[in-house]
Amino acid sequence: MNIHEYQAKELFQKYGVATAPGKVAHTPEEAGNAAREIGGELVVKAQIHAGGRGKGTFKNGFKGGVHLVKTPEEAREVASQMLGQTLVTHQTGPEGRLVNQVLVAQGVNIAKEYYLAILMDRATGAPTVIASTEGGVEIEAVAEKTPEKILRVHVHPALGLQPYQARSVARQLGFGGTLNKQAAEVVFNLYKLFIACDCSMVEVNPLVLTPDDKVLALDAKFNFDDNALYRHKDIAAMRDVTEEDPREVEASKSNLNYIGLDGDIACLVNGAGLAMATMDIIKYHGGNPANFLDVGGGANEQQVTEAFKLLVSDKNVKAILVNIFGGIMQCDIIARGIIGAVKAVNLPVPLVVRLEGTNVAEGKRLIQESGLPVITANDLTDAAVKVVGAAATVA
Amino acid sequence: MSVLVDKNTRLLVQGITGKSGAFHARGCRDYGTQVVAGVTPGRGGERFDDTIPVFDTVAEARKETGCNATMIFVPPPGAADGILEAADAGVELIVCITEGIPVMDMMRVKEALRDYPGTRLIGPNCPGIITPEQCKIGIMPGYIHKAGNIGVISRSGTLTYEAVWQLTSRGYGQSTCIGIGGDPINGTSHLDAARLLAEDEGTEAFILIGEIGGTAEEEAAGWLADHCRKPVAAFIAGATAPPGRRMGHAGAIVSGGQGTAEGKIKALEAAGIAVAKSPATMADTLIAKIKG
Repeated sequence: MNIHEYQAKELFQKYGVATAPGKVAHTPEEAGNAAREIGGELVVKAQIHAGGRGKGTFKNGFKGGVHLVKTPEEAREVASQMLGQTLVTHQTGPEGRLVNQVLVAQGVNIAKEYYLAILMDRATGAPTVIASTEGGVEIEAVAEKTPEKILRVHVHPALGLQPYQARSVARQLGFGGTLNKQAAEVVFNLYKLFIACDCSMVEVNPLVLTPDDKVLALDAKFNFDDNALYRHKDIAAMRDVTEEDPREVEASKSNLNYIGLDGDIACLVNGAGLAMATMDIIKYHGGNPANFLDVGGGANEQQVTEAFKLLVSDKNVKAILVNIFGGIMQCDIIARGIIGAVKAVNLPVPLVVRLEGTNVAEGKRLIQESGLPVITANDLTDAAVKVVGAAATVA
Repeated sequence: MSVLVDKNTRLLVQGITGKSGAFHARGCRDYGTQVVAGVTPGRGGERFDDTIPVFDTVAEARKETGCNATMIFVPPPGAADGILEAADAGVELIVCITEGIPVMDMMRVKEALRDYPGTRLIGPNCPGIITPEQCKIGIMPGYIHKAGNIGVISRSGTLTYEAVWQLTSRGYGQSTCIGIGGDPINGTSHLDAARLLAEDEGTEAFILIGEIGGTAEEEAAGWLADHCRKPVAAFIAGATAPPGRRMGHAGAIVSGGQGTAEGKIKALEAAGIAVAKSPATMADTLIAKIKG
């Protein structure tokens, strides 16, 4: 789940991570009021999840999703050009993203940029703080070219980040004296936020030093642990479905694990590993998967029907492969779901079904007796070859 | 021969009165596993299916029945607590089936388990472990297995069944199949499981099934290159997965260029492991390697 820049700023403010003052505005009036409240030189930023906002263009012709302004009137005027408009950047694709809110924040002069992140390190099973003096550039590039410039601090899983570790990170970034205290506080409070919000990663981009000696976290990319959202209603509420693939939004309503891709062979599989392997084998036999879809171990008939409707609604799809190896999932339940769905949606493309596992005989019998035009497959290769072949016959 | 579980294993089921817990407790019992106890807090004193005693706490179940393994079906908010309760009661093998446990919870569990060197955790978010025709602990369909001497290790449930079914259909039985689970932090890693099978006299060869994300497969490959002469075949799922997206399993994500299928396949091949190009040829790849 991604969040907006203004939401990241709100989290920073809540956990005491120093940042430039800012407020979200949904109308030009709110933008003007926010500017009056904050005062001084300001920046108005369109809030979408995609990057490249500064160089983007609105469909109404207005240039740039990030503007420096000097007065509340100017903030109001700029906001009125952005709100309700669609911003196109190099990351949004030509369709762009609708801007529903803007961030009005204090303008910050930057003396130097740094990189600071905290992530859950799988190899050690504990958080790691990563920092670098090389801010404002791709950290992967720094890791490749100058790995010695990347600082890594391992955090004890039970004790958590210790104050001395935060001071040490600050010092190694070059922050001495009073700046050390300021920077260490940013690191320490960022860690508190990381733990309290069940993050899997928080990447401050950029962390800056201003000419008047302030250390500020300006923006951040957050990754939250989806498994923990049940205990963070406030963070779950930050989800903005208008920023997501509508197919994925629809799938999540039925608790289906769906990821849209751009191929033409849809697949419906139980289990994440087999779902990935099914995509792989479609590709191996010359096809292109249209999606990843794991219906999970405990799916019911209703969910299978919803899953099917979702696959069929994708106009690029030329054939569908159902691949089930039942463990928790019982093949007869899948079969009933398929039959119900096919009857409900009037199948527009060929359907290949491969069933194996718990209650397989009953599942196969149900499909056979339904009289539906289903192509059955005996094993994984048979299924992949048949679905790729079927897709090729559809214009 | 086998590893971790056999006909002498005495199984406890935590969450035995829940829908999934009950269904799979019966499945394990019907397969032949000795299911000796259940735990559901607040339901102590009852009997599951009129036979298996239910206790309020794991400590009681352990004391009264001598259970030495547990299968956990407790829902995510209480699952970490369930694992720690079992460890504290001295249960030697903990198999956690539960999917969806927060990573921070598992971080703390993993750290706490250092205090219990006699306990091994398998999972969470896993199908379980089976020694065919002796003991099944988990949600895998029993009938696809057959006793033999091929081991299987996997992060994925259904993909394990796929490999097992391929083996069984070709007449190759299994020693022990271990589903280590799809979460980023788990109790038994690929390396841990590979080491068990490499050192097991009853396992002649094994299949290692991995997927994108993390570096666990690479670590196992490094160890196997130096320590194992048995034939090993592998498959890595997710070659076609887009980077930065979590593919169902919390652990299945390629980030910052790390954890790609390509990198894992390279590491496995460098260790002399035969990597199947298609998930349909996992067994055939191993059989070819055995026949050398």
